[in-house]
Amino acid sequence: MRLEAHEVTKHFAHHAALDGANFSTAGDAGVVALLGPSGGGKSTLLRVLGCLLVPDSGDVLIDGEKLPHDETGALLARRRNGFVFQGYNLFPHLSALENVALPLRCVHGLTADAAEARGVELLARLGLQGQEKKRPAEMSGGQQQRAAIARALAPKPRLLLLDEPTSALDPVMTAEVLDVVRELAEGGQQIVLATHEVSFARRVADWVIFLAAGRVEESSAAVDFFESPDSTIAQQYLEGLSRYR
Amino acid sequence: MRRMELEKNNTKSEIARHLLWGSVLFIAVGAGLYFAFSAVHYRWNWQGAWAYRQEFLRGLGMTLLASLAAMVLSVLCGVLFMLGRRAHLIPVRLFCAGIVEVVRGTPLLVQLLVGYYVVANLFGLDRLLVGIFVLAIFEGAYLSEIFRGAVESIGASQRESARAVGFSPLQTYQHVIFPQALRRALPGTTGQLVSLIKDSSLLSVIGIEEVVQKVRSMNSAAYTSLEGYLPLAVAYLLVTLPLSWWARRLEGRFAYET
Repeated sequence: MRLEAHEVTKHFAHHAALDGANFSTAGDAGVVALLGPSGGGKSTLLRVLGCLLVPDSGDVLIDGEKLPHDETGALLARRRNGFVFQGYNLFPHLSALENVALPLRCVHGLTADAAEARGVELLARLGLQGQEKKRPAEMSGGQQQRAAIARALAPKPRLLLLDEPTSALDPVMTAEVLDVVRELAEGGQQIVLATHEVSFARRVADWVIFLAAGRVEESSAAVDFFESPDSTIAQQYLEGLSRYR
Repeated sequence: MRRMELEKNNTKSEIARHLLWGSVLFIAVGAGLYFAFSAVHYRWNWQGAWAYRQEFLRGLGMTLLASLAAMVLSVLCGVLFMLGRRAHLIPVRLFCAGIVEVVRGTPLLVQLLVGYYVVANLFGLDRLLVGIFVLAIFEGAYLSEIFRGAVESIGASQRESARAVGFSPLQTYQHVIFPQALRRALPGTTGQLVSLIKDSSLLSVIGIEEVVQKVRSMNSAAYTSLEGYLPLAVAYLLVTLPLSWWARRLEGRFAYET
């Protein structure tokens, strides 16, 4: 896929989360990683790409197609994407299976049986066999995130958007979630991933967009970025992250 | 298997302990009341009260009818006021906030009198109907604040998750916010509905012959007082206790950890 942004701005009150972001990825980027310091605009850009947020100005294009600026269009566009957030994704009053099946029934028009079958299949694929009836509070953080990924994948989304999906997890759980993401990437799922797991991004990403202070400091093929980042801020970021690893 | 049996025994002994302490407390409080009443040398006239039993039951029926109708309506009013206070349109928001503040800030007595002498006369409405509506709006104003607190306690991450799976605003309320808010609103709502049943006694001021009014007439006719009021208290308890019990069962059914 090709992601493009032209002068995208998004303000929250007086804070500019995106301050004229410009970039264009290669046409065949399968996994795009959003890197950069906290508060740099990764999450906001991810939400704009997924149509959860509409930018104040500027345009975002996915494979040459402009994203809608109106709420109705954004809702329809959202339904073609899958999201996983940092934590507290799942609906706590529903079982793992119902978390997956409910949107399939209500949003995507599947029958109850088809939705349940799809839910069971996906939970099993993500290693959650036998956990279908559990509520989120009865599962570990890693299991919760895998269930959230199952829910995001259920309607066969064009884009899977992951917003720091492992930031709230310990190293063991982080590894189990990242394994899942890597398998999905290798299976051809198009992914946009905001993360601080630089070594993971280095392994799976095709393209890197580096954001700081609401601006795109760098947008380049992952190989080139990790080999020799152009901007000093990206160099400092990579050095800082690798200092204790 | 053995653990399950153990747990079963545990709950059994738990129930036994509750029953034991319950009866001990019941007997102690009963004895205390008995001595209190015997100390003031009250002269009981139960025969005089017994003669009015049918009137009493008729009044109780009216109380139940009015309360039940007002309960259903008050929950509807509560939801509407709550949604209104969260609406995007400023006039709707102001109107609902205004109603809630005025209704909560003025006596139910005055509202009933205004409802009866002004609204009922103006539109030629039945007094019972007006009474039920005024009661429903009064309790609905309180309920709307209980509901608002519950709905606003559902975090932003849940709303975002709902948007992310593609729910429309209506579906977000239906599948994500209401089911979670319901559990948080239940304890407060039960209390308010119990209040509603007791507040229905004020309906007598617009001439509705509910149970308190019946007891008052009986007392003045048969020269009784506590012989009317004590059964009245028991009758209210017989209605409100099952309501509380049912609400606690509902809470148990919706229980889940967050």
